[in-house]
Amino acid sequence: MRGSAQGSRRGGGIRRGEARAGWLFVTPAIGIIVVFLVIPIGLALWVSFSDWNGYQSPLNPRVEFVGLENYAAITVDPGLDQQNFGTSVRNNLWYVVFVVPLQTIIALLLAVQLNRAVLRGRGFFRTAFYFPSVTSTVAIVIVFQFLFTASGAVNAVLGFFGVNGPNWFNDPNGIFHNVAAAVGVTGPPPALEGAGPLGVTWWDWLAGPSVAMSSLIMLAIFTTSGTFMLLFLAALQSIGAEIDEAALMDGSGPVRKFFSITLPMLRPTLFTVLTLGLIGTWQVFDQIYVLGTTAGGTITTPAFLAYNTSFEELKWGQGAAIAFILFGFIIVLTLLQRWILKEREPGRRRSVFREPDAAAGAVGADPADRALLAGADTHERSRS
Amino acid sequence: MRKSQWSAAVIAAGLITTLAACSSGGGGGAEASGQELTLLIGSSGDAETTAVQAAADAWGEETGNTVEVIAANDLVQQLGQGFAGNEPPDLFYMPWDQFQTYAGQGFLEPYAEDLANADQFLPALREQFTYDDQFYCAPKDFSTLGLQIDTDAWAAAGLTDADIPTDWDGLTAAAQKLTTPETVGLSFGREYGRLGVFMNQAGGELVDGDTVIADSPENVAGLDYAQSLIDAGSLKFPQDLEAGWGGEAFGLGKTAMVIEGPWINGAMKNDFPDRTFINVELPAGPGGPSTFAFSNCWGIPAGSPTLDATTDLVEYLTSDEQQLAFAEAFGVIPSTGSGSAAYAEQFPDNAAFVAGVDYAVSPVAFAGAATAITDFNTQLETQGLTDPDAVLGGLQTNLQVALDEANG
Repeated sequence: MRGSAQGSRRGGGIRRGEARAGWLFVTPAIGIIVVFLVIPIGLALWVSFSDWNGYQSPLNPRVEFVGLENYAAITVDPGLDQQNFGTSVRNNLWYVVFVVPLQTIIALLLAVQLNRAVLRGRGFFRTAFYFPSVTSTVAIVIVFQFLFTASGAVNAVLGFFGVNGPNWFNDPNGIFHNVAAAVGVTGPPPALEGAGPLGVTWWDWLAGPSVAMSSLIMLAIFTTSGTFMLLFLAALQSIGAEIDEAALMDGSGPVRKFFSITLPMLRPTLFTVLTLGLIGTWQVFDQIYVLGTTAGGTITTPAFLAYNTSFEELKWGQGAAIAFILFGFIIVLTLLQRWILKEREPGRRRSVFREPDAAAGAVGADPADRALLAGADTHERSRS
Repeated sequence: MRKSQWSAAVIAAGLITTLAACSSGGGGGAEASGQELTLLIGSSGDAETTAVQAAADAWGEETGNTVEVIAANDLVQQLGQGFAGNEPPDLFYMPWDQFQTYAGQGFLEPYAEDLANADQFLPALREQFTYDDQFYCAPKDFSTLGLQIDTDAWAAAGLTDADIPTDWDGLTAAAQKLTTPETVGLSFGREYGRLGVFMNQAGGELVDGDTVIADSPENVAGLDYAQSLIDAGSLKFPQDLEAGWGGEAFGLGKTAMVIEGPWINGAMKNDFPDRTFINVELPAGPGGPSTFAFSNCWGIPAGSPTLDATTDLVEYLTSDEQQLAFAEAFGVIPSTGSGSAAYAEQFPDNAAFVAGVDYAVSPVAFAGAATAITDFNTQLETQGLTDPDAVLGGLQTNLQVALDEANG
């Protein structure tokens, strides 16, 4: 009786009981998500608020709730833990600042070049550029280790041009500090001597990536540009040739066309690439794990620090806290970047609910819009 | 119809529970035979894995147990995983630098005092694996630091056996004579694990009871001595010689002397078979002779259900005979007095390492010390040794904080 009453509430008749069957069908998926995602994350969150030392289950009765102690130890309590966390954030921040824009720009340039119909052997280049992405990072790190040793190939090439290359993976000096030293500033000016956030002085915050980190930046760009190039390539191929033609008819040169047509049309892909890049770079771990703690701690990242704190020092709570702070960082930065990339041309900002067609109809003197319209026209004509 | 739907749901739910329940296994009793033991080792290579497996099999045959030897890719990580999952291996290599952390957190069974051969282990190693006045686990083997001398460079510099340095002055003189435009006299890693030896030789210590005395004048004197060698141009660190570690610089002929442990024998044999060298004891400083001892022990998890069987296995593995077999197979030095003496006789080239254990000390490794030591190494790398007071001052502060925390 109750069953049928429920059934009728949900529509009754022939569709009676469909909801229940639906729930049944999604149960395995929900079960997997709960077991492998929700429970572990919940457990990790608990660990970050507890004094669990890694002995038996984190839910055993000896584990105690310590509130925000683990978070405080790495963020506000002065000491080595805070300083290490600050340094790792500094390292990773510079890594992100360099890797994300560079890999995006390079991926985009490669994609645009590969998208040109005149290019011969496109298949070859596509494979060649994509190849580093399908190779294991660990393998690439080891190859890079050989290339970048003090007496390695990179320094041999630099030596050929008379440049005395650094001892890449072992050089802890920040590149901005090196630049400053080149103009005679070897110590912090009084304004930067003070302690900045997270127990790291402003002078050290501004050190830039260390030489060791710079080699990892090159490595990251080398490996990930191919992946993102593929994303851009797919997006570029969905831009019809007629739009290009229309732009050509309107007299725009290649540069104008790129900035006014191609780039705006790639905005969704750009968002995807930047978001993936941002998340990936803030979680960099395997390269650091392979290289170990060389270069005086200038290549440790929060993800590696979380691992190290947990497994080596058995401070699992603190390790989990680092992981959650990192999670927060990524969310905040992704939202920030989403906000920056939001379309906000004058007059359009408030028209959130306007139909895309209507928007296209209300064209201004914008050449991109004109080209778009012209493109749509050509499209219509070619269909008829 | 409806009934079948609900029973399907029940079956699905039941399946999930069954799958989840599958993961937990049962424990064993306290019998010393018929057990299936797991043995987790951080292996240096196939030779070590095979030798340990062979020894464990021989013991298993004798006692009616089976032992599975697992060579870890990352020992500390796999140990942590085992303990967190409540399924630690029955027996494992416990590295010296992690020992106090593990013992302090109550992970380890303090079984070593009850071993039949408990009093045969070398005192320095016994001390290394003692926590809170309890001898926790049996040392597996050990290494000490010695001085390696490239015999060709030595002869080329016109030096004789009489010049082999026994004190700092001798070392300064020898390093000076060995330094040529291509080769530096002495090299070793710019880290606590090497420079700490000089601090100890000067009579310094890092910890005295509950107090850290890292910034003592003796420690400063140790670093000052190293700096004097740098100033004289006869000491360069491997990084400055474009080498990954001391052994590589030595093998490449970029330095005529290094300070390393017995592992250098294997590395030279594999990578630089042409290099001929001798191992001698480290020269003594003003505070007397000193070197570092590094060792692993055979760890058994606290409250292990297979304790009887595993202690028996440890007794077997740490017997002189078995340790000498290991020494032959993969070049480790036995951890017992009689075993190491027999080893020194059998491998006279390595006698210096054995001699060192008489005055060897353990590097500081209390729980939490690792972070302070890592930071010290960083400071050494970024600031150098020119201002020992500054780098030791930082170490003093950080180490004291860690020590207070470790002592609760």
